[in-house]
Amino acid sequence: MSATSVAAAVPVAVHRRRPRAPRVVLYVFLTVLALLWLLPVAWALYIALRPVGDTLTNGYFSPPQSLTLQNFFDAWEQGSMGQSFINTAIITGFAVPLTLFISSMLGYVFSRFSFRANLFLLMMFTAGNLLPPQVIIVPLYRIYLLLPLPGFLSEFGHWYDTYFGVIFINVVFQTGFCTFVLSNYMKTISRELTEAAIVDGASLWTTYRKVILPLSRPALAALAVLEFTFIYNDFFWALVLMNHADKRPITSALNQLSGGFFTNYNLFAAAAFIVAVPTIALYLLLSKQFVRGLTLGSTKG
Amino acid sequence: MTGADASTVPALPDATSGRAKDSRAPRRRYSLLTRGDKIVMALMVGIPSALCVFFIWFPAFLSFLLSFTNWQGVTALTAKNFIGLKNYQNLFTTYPFFWPAVEHNVIWLLTLVFIATPIGILLAVLLDREIRGTRLYQSAFFIPVVLSLALIGFIWQLMYAPDGFINSILGLQDNPIDFLGNPNINLFAVLVAASWRHAGYVMVLYLAGLKSVDPTLREAAALDGASASQTFFRVVFPVMRPINIVIVVVTVIEALRAFDIVYIINQGKNGLELLSVLITNASIGEASLLGFGSAIAVVLLVISLVPIVSFLVRTMREGAS
Repeated sequence: MSATSVAAAVPVAVHRRRPRAPRVVLYVFLTVLALLWLLPVAWALYIALRPVGDTLTNGYFSPPQSLTLQNFFDAWEQGSMGQSFINTAIITGFAVPLTLFISSMLGYVFSRFSFRANLFLLMMFTAGNLLPPQVIIVPLYRIYLLLPLPGFLSEFGHWYDTYFGVIFINVVFQTGFCTFVLSNYMKTISRELTEAAIVDGASLWTTYRKVILPLSRPALAALAVLEFTFIYNDFFWALVLMNHADKRPITSALNQLSGGFFTNYNLFAAAAFIVAVPTIALYLLLSKQFVRGLTLGSTKG
Repeated sequence: MTGADASTVPALPDATSGRAKDSRAPRRRYSLLTRGDKIVMALMVGIPSALCVFFIWFPAFLSFLLSFTNWQGVTALTAKNFIGLKNYQNLFTTYPFFWPAVEHNVIWLLTLVFIATPIGILLAVLLDREIRGTRLYQSAFFIPVVLSLALIGFIWQLMYAPDGFINSILGLQDNPIDFLGNPNINLFAVLVAASWRHAGYVMVLYLAGLKSVDPTLREAAALDGASASQTFFRVVFPVMRPINIVIVVVTVIEALRAFDIVYIINQGKNGLELLSVLITNASIGEASLLGFGSAIAVVLLVISLVPIVSFLVRTMREGAS
């Protein structure tokens, strides 16, 4: 009884306290702010679309004489961006599934079996994920020079300067976040389901594979999108643990393209826009997954 | 559900099998497992744990050891390399970039906490009302979050360039402000860009939190005559405590991890020194002062562990109870 009367009373109260004018102010405020927010990306796009000759004579802050896509092709060519994107594809292609595979197993055990060690291990993984990577880089760099790797994975026989090494450290670092999120998510899956399976004689592996994994699909999908973005955006590991510029993924390659690499801002802007497109497109297509991935870790944690 | 198929392993006749048969017996799940299951579980947890220890915590420990040496990485490390606390002494007294870097990290943190985070919260609160096209607004504010900080450094160089957007709109093309080159202002110029991203991040986290607040709380407050701001500060903000803690932790960690954006702009020099950059430049660059770089790393490690450990202990304790 009271529930319906409250629900009915509220809109009236809200209307009375909030006349139309502030509502308009709110929309104007938000619209101006949103446009301001998009400005840096829009500015990069605008510069990238303008021919060099036009901006040389009229400056960047001027109405366009004509627009062109030529800068994108030139930046792509001069910055060897194709190779960098292939490197990114190799690294994310291995690192994302591996991270999800490992952390789903960890999440399964941590959410289903309560040993004392579990809590400690979960803390160890999560804390590792939160550390600034620079605090371990000096020893890690030396370890990478010492660890052997067979020839088909490494020209020089060690982990340094290899895709393997960069994939590996990304997986180790990202496992913490994913395990944290997945073990929280898996705790919401009924314990009876897995227990029933085990009592019926299903092995631990079968329970994980056939019960837990299918039911965790929403969390896994959200994390896949998020982890792709995280690893795509990683700058530091490949910068420090790789020596050859032609092996670096696109985000780390930005370091070479910065400074005086391009002869004009038009190419610089075109390169920036090309690098921004994949993650922005992914977000616009799968914004739900993004938000779910980020908030699974916070609202339930 | 589909788990009980041909591939299941029957309980081994060991000490646990007697109880395993009887599902009503003690609810100790572990005892239901066969020996094979236990081996599988040990592998599932053991291998990743070993890797995490060896590649994160062991190097962190080595950083600690190396910080007491003057090792440069060329010759083998011997007892002669151990120089006690000398690196720390140099760091705190003679090294000219340490205290500026600490100050920059602190300014970074304060800016994120007192400017970027409140903007994010404000955006979330405004967008949480019934607003037409709220998704569109959210997308606009969230877009910087999906970009890397390295790329953000790249994009904002275009904004700050002598003939870039900001100098042009201020009418300063002829006598432009060197936003990124002037050591008195470049930190703040970079922080505008970093806040641009951080506010969107906070907005999304906060919006999710606001959605989970019981709407009857707000209705009750409105009925009691509370204004919008009173409702927020007295009712909504307190029940959002878990989210507030997450945001504090995320913000502190972001401030300590800041690296990419200053490195891409000028390698973190000339007014943009940060602890993370000093470590990298001392040990990976041409200097190769591995012992000294490690001492800076230990300082950053210790500072980072304070928020990390206190957050995790709190979360785990709440999760356990």
